[in-house]
Amino acid sequence: MKPRHQRMLAVGLALTGVAIAAAFTLRAFQDNMMFFVDISDVIAGDYPRQRNFRIGGLVVDGSVQREEGSLDLRFRVTDMNCELPVSYVGVLPDLFREGQGVVAHGRLGGDGVFVADKILAKHDENYMAPEVADSLAKHVEGKTAGLRTGDTGCVTP
Amino acid sequence: MIPEIGQFALILALSLAICQGVLPLIGAHRNDTAMMSVGNTAALGQLVFVAVAFGCLTWAFVSSDFSVLYVANHSQLSLPTIYKISAVWGAHEGSLLMWILILAAWTVAVSRYSSELPESFAARVVGVLGLLSVGFLLFILLTSNPFDRLSPPAADGADLNPLLQDPGLAIHPPLLYIGYVGFSVAFAFAIAAMLSGNLDQRWAKWTRPWTTLAWMFLTLGIMLGSWWAYYELGWGGWWFWDPVENASFMPWLIGTALIHSLAVTERRGLFKSWTLLLAITAFSLSLLGTFLVRSGIIVSVHAFATDPTRGFFILAFLAVVIVGALILYAWRAPSLDSDAGFGLLSRETFLLLNNVLLVVAATLVLMGTLAPLVIELLNGGKISIGPPWFEVAFLVPMIPLVLLLGVGMHTAWRKQDARPWVALLRIPAIAAVLLGIIIPLMFYGRTSLLMVVGVSAALWIIATSLIQPIRSIRRKDGSTGITRSALGMSVAHLGMGLFVLGVTITSAFNVESDRALTPGQSTEVGGYDFEMVELRNVEGPNYSAIEAEIEIRRDGEFVATVRPQKRQYLVQKNWMTEAGIYVTWNKDLFVALGDQLGNGAWSVRVQYKPMIRFIWFGAIIMALGGLVAVSDRRYRLKARKTSAAGQSVAESA
Repeated sequence: MKPRHQRMLAVGLALTGVAIAAAFTLRAFQDNMMFFVDISDVIAGDYPRQRNFRIGGLVVDGSVQREEGSLDLRFRVTDMNCELPVSYVGVLPDLFREGQGVVAHGRLGGDGVFVADKILAKHDENYMAPEVADSLAKHVEGKTAGLRTGDTGCVTP
Repeated sequence: MIPEIGQFALILALSLAICQGVLPLIGAHRNDTAMMSVGNTAALGQLVFVAVAFGCLTWAFVSSDFSVLYVANHSQLSLPTIYKISAVWGAHEGSLLMWILILAAWTVAVSRYSSELPESFAARVVGVLGLLSVGFLLFILLTSNPFDRLSPPAADGADLNPLLQDPGLAIHPPLLYIGYVGFSVAFAFAIAAMLSGNLDQRWAKWTRPWTTLAWMFLTLGIMLGSWWAYYELGWGGWWFWDPVENASFMPWLIGTALIHSLAVTERRGLFKSWTLLLAITAFSLSLLGTFLVRSGIIVSVHAFATDPTRGFFILAFLAVVIVGALILYAWRAPSLDSDAGFGLLSRETFLLLNNVLLVVAATLVLMGTLAPLVIELLNGGKISIGPPWFEVAFLVPMIPLVLLLGVGMHTAWRKQDARPWVALLRIPAIAAVLLGIIIPLMFYGRTSLLMVVGVSAALWIIATSLIQPIRSIRRKDGSTGITRSALGMSVAHLGMGLFVLGVTITSAFNVESDRALTPGQSTEVGGYDFEMVELRNVEGPNYSAIEAEIEIRRDGEFVATVRPQKRQYLVQKNWMTEAGIYVTWNKDLFVALGDQLGNGAWSVRVQYKPMIRFIWFGAIIMALGGLVAVSDRRYRLKARKTSAAGQSVAESA
């Protein structure tokens, strides 16, 4: 093969590869992107339907309820403005605790309960997922700025 | 006092690094031997002083000197001594110090075994490494000083994160860093070659052993990280596509491409500028990895440090290194043309495909890792890209890669005659496909298209990588057998085959289930019965634990007892899951304790993981292949002057 052809082959292969990869990635991104939604927005009805998304906040003190001896669990998560009930079946991560930050993957059920298929609590006491920290900060700031609680139209179920 | 000595040693190391970074480069430019030789001495001095600093920090940990902030934050009196030592690199400041120590060690190794290199070339390599070292020493001294004092001193430390109190994690970062930093050598060789404007095939020959060594350590480091995550993070996954994992995996992918592209450059003088670009990219991705991990910019379980100054410094450093290297590249690369050609059916073609596919794979991983960041910057909301995307996207380049791999190994340089080639590969190909259909059905009772592809691909690689070694063993007379570098290639590819087999079978047939168990109760998962015999309290040196004794039976027959624990570390009060794992060569039975459910019941996660050991075993074999290849006499790194006579023998493969 002449060097010129060789280069063309190389460029051609590279471009084909990149094109396939790009097309594929864009398509698959659409299906696999998981949005983080503020709990206040979930309550306000502003969340992706028909697909999974992530929520996060603090586990409300005293809200963790478990049926004795079963894996079924219910708790509430707050963004310091609204609270969302969450249900989950399975083993919890080590750092899941009342009053601590938590992120959950799942979707909203018809009864307004967020059905989590995955619960993440971070591995470090002092570390909070940045999106959770942002979400909390937004509402705490809102309050200290003199806004009334529930200002964003939160109706606690 | 000791911490101040450490601090002072770091400052001395910085001044030496500046000498090492500046003088040899000027010397090489002016052809001034005296200036060039300063580099080697300065590098040695730098290593000594960095080692002193590292020793001082270690001493501060071992003697529990809580007047040092870093020690107070990451150690504790009752911490076992081994973890006091590994705590040195358990967090940001210390791991950075270790990075610098390893860089200094690589530099001295290169300067020591560089007698084959032209003097000016060696001087430039040492100079470039010196400049990198300046960057990192400035970083540590300005933003992340491990010797900062705490006044008044703490009575006791805040303890090392319990997750890191583990033998696997004690050695995972050093190996990973040796690999990461090792790519700086390939980078320095590339820069040196571009600076000198003289990039012949010898350059590739000199670079190869260093790159392979770095790759080998990176392979082992990633493998250990994966193994650690499997048993210590507690939930039995072996790869999470976490940004920090990706940060180590991208340099690995590009490093692998680089190793293959270097082979072409060395043998045939082709792909020169491409090889240079890969060398630059591999190291840039190592730096990017450091940036991602250390800036805390990406949501990740590993990203503890959240400090914008640090992130900014690394980003600036990254920009200088990458932009500088690319400008040099743009200036020099066009002159690196080669007239050599190759046939469509030739090893060159297959190695080209290997490179394209590996680069595509790395690009996909990079896109998936950075997408959440980019979308957030564009105000597109906060998103995450889950493992399902990576798993599917990654398969796209990987399937052709592993299939072509078996073919490429048996294709001649320049031009391959099709007929003997088909005759040779026909039988392994048919056997691999047949066994790929039969094995899942026979051993696991079901199959799917992806499984057939996976198992066939694995067997195909294993079979084709055994052909050459077996032929070499069976050869009749004293004819030259397989060279070390060809043997190394075969071994590494064999490891790849075992790895693919492990991944395919594990992901297809693993059974995972969360159950509630009270003592005396039993539950069935994957054909095994798990009975919780009893729960008891256990006291460790710095934790207390609840331990479950779980008996595993199959068809009533006793298999093993595992003892998963739930530990509470006394200082940080964190709960930690220690899984109980029963290991055999072809499966793991994995039990992790969850939480107390009331009524004496506990939640447990029970898993049956067939062939999972092949994943790590395969990676070890891959690394071993690298070691075998480096030991080829062609690359033997000698401090002495070598004669050209010994080299004629080792030319086949």
